[in-house]
Amino acid sequence: MTGAAATLARSAVTEIPAAAAAIRKAGTVRFEGLGKTYRSSAGEVQALSSIDLDIRAGEIFGIIGRSGAGKSSLLRTINRLERPTTGRVLVDGEDIALLDEAGLVALRRRVGMIFQHFNLLSAKTVYENVALPLRVAGVARDEITRRVDQALDLVGLAGKGGTYPSRLSGGQKQRVGIARALVSRPEILLCDEATSALDPETTVSILRLLRDINQRLGLTIVLITHEMSVIREICDRVVVLERGEIAEQGEVWQVFGAPRHPATQALLQPLQHGLPEDLADRLHETRRGPEDQAVVELTFAGSAVPDLAQLTELAGGRGLRLLSSQIDRIQGRAIGKLLLALGPGGDAEFPAHLADRTRIIGYVDDTDG
Amino acid sequence: MLTTQMVDRLQQALWDTVLMVSVSAGIAVLAGIPLAVFLVTSGSDGIFPAPRLNRIIGTVVNGFRAVPFIVLLVALIPFTRLVAGTTIGVWAAIVPLSVSATPFFARIAEVSLREVDPGLVEAAQSIGCRRWDIVRHVLLPEALPGIAGGFTITVVSMIGASAMAGAVGAGGLGDVAIRYGYQRFDTTVMLVVIAILILLVSAVQFSGDHAVRRLKAR
Repeated sequence: MTGAAATLARSAVTEIPAAAAAIRKAGTVRFEGLGKTYRSSAGEVQALSSIDLDIRAGEIFGIIGRSGAGKSSLLRTINRLERPTTGRVLVDGEDIALLDEAGLVALRRRVGMIFQHFNLLSAKTVYENVALPLRVAGVARDEITRRVDQALDLVGLAGKGGTYPSRLSGGQKQRVGIARALVSRPEILLCDEATSALDPETTVSILRLLRDINQRLGLTIVLITHEMSVIREICDRVVVLERGEIAEQGEVWQVFGAPRHPATQALLQPLQHGLPEDLADRLHETRRGPEDQAVVELTFAGSAVPDLAQLTELAGGRGLRLLSSQIDRIQGRAIGKLLLALGPGGDAEFPAHLADRTRIIGYVDDTDG
Repeated sequence: MLTTQMVDRLQQALWDTVLMVSVSAGIAVLAGIPLAVFLVTSGSDGIFPAPRLNRIIGTVVNGFRAVPFIVLLVALIPFTRLVAGTTIGVWAAIVPLSVSATPFFARIAEVSLREVDPGLVEAAQSIGCRRWDIVRHVLLPEALPGIAGGFTITVVSMIGASAMAGAVGAGGLGDVAIRYGYQRFDTTVMLVVIAILILLVSAVQFSGDHAVRRLKAR
């Protein structure tokens, strides 16, 4: 977002009355024993089973899993685009299965949604697309104009109201989608693979916008993705789905720092460098001579801090080289790995507080070669 | 060459054809679009599910589509008398023409409505649209270019069908071509009628295509 747009957006946000701000405390979702079975010609498919989950007000909650893991079905039960076969979905403590059509429409106005393919109406302008939720809710015309302008400002599309969606770039289309979802001032925003159709640069800008909206409007965001990088970028907590069941869940730094389930590890794979190839070729498991250097892997899972001074001190003048490093800062914690070569002179003892896990993965005779 | 009398006759015939086709086309739109919306939305996974009624109406539509127009023209005579008060003339031809064009147009409009991305319907639901809002703001506007194209096809085929309206004394270009061109071996009249029909159909097709282009250019 440009500076000017951000300023505009900020002024737009401050206009939201105090009463609305108080309601912002709402926005919780609870799944109780949720299950979903699809009947198809091939027989029954269990898409989700025994999902118990709590999403807190105001957090950015990520649902990740491989394709077919049931993410989309789970997300769609929150605004009842999908009806669970068993179990309950509670939005702000209310069982949404019991809502009649009017109640359902009211719920959907409190729960916005954006889509992978944007799903904008091609026959309507940007303005008309964003205005539609208010029009069908019977909001007065000048109030609609005011709020649509506000929403377009918020997403950095001021002045684009008269354009048709087909003339916009993918990132702009998603911004229209976000404006349309926010114009009813929902307390929850559902994001269905919202960045999967976008290029990396646009993805970053859309994620930043979502983060921004979450912080300024205080609304709960539930997003599904198959990319761990999206989770790392903006989520507070994450649940990993595998074959319709919860594989693991927790704070993002915990799941990234110490993934327990094979599905999580597989999803994290693209974000991790393996052992550098040239090093792997020369690595041997046991010490062959006094000149060998130990290759040490330090894993940081969120509790230890990579303290370079301490590491150097520990090496005690024997020489310490950094071979490869990958430390991400997630939610203010260091997550990742350091690969060090410790100069000749026997195995050093690494104190436990230095890293969350330390191990010697092998020896090389010359790190420069 | 054509006598002045023949020119007058052709003028009258052109007017009769235009009148028959435009009134019937208007009725086909008014009745066909709701019918198409019903056929699309009342399926078991539609927004107004009524699968049994959907099957019944679908069968009726197919029934009308199966009957050749000339047979329909005769078979509908009692109905025509009831509605138009007469069984001969332009207004008597409009009844069977509309009855035949409506299911035809409805099926074509149905195809366009089905092509509307289900994601758009889902998006509309997610922003709190009621079912009628979805019909009005999503299905119809999004399918409009296709419906306009289908309407063009319907009108062109109705111009063809109106040639048989002579059977109920409704006149029109086809009637002139058969009575004067064919039965009295007047090749000139035949050729003139064909030329007028070609121009008429081209004009309809051109305006239809133009409308579709404009609707799509957004």
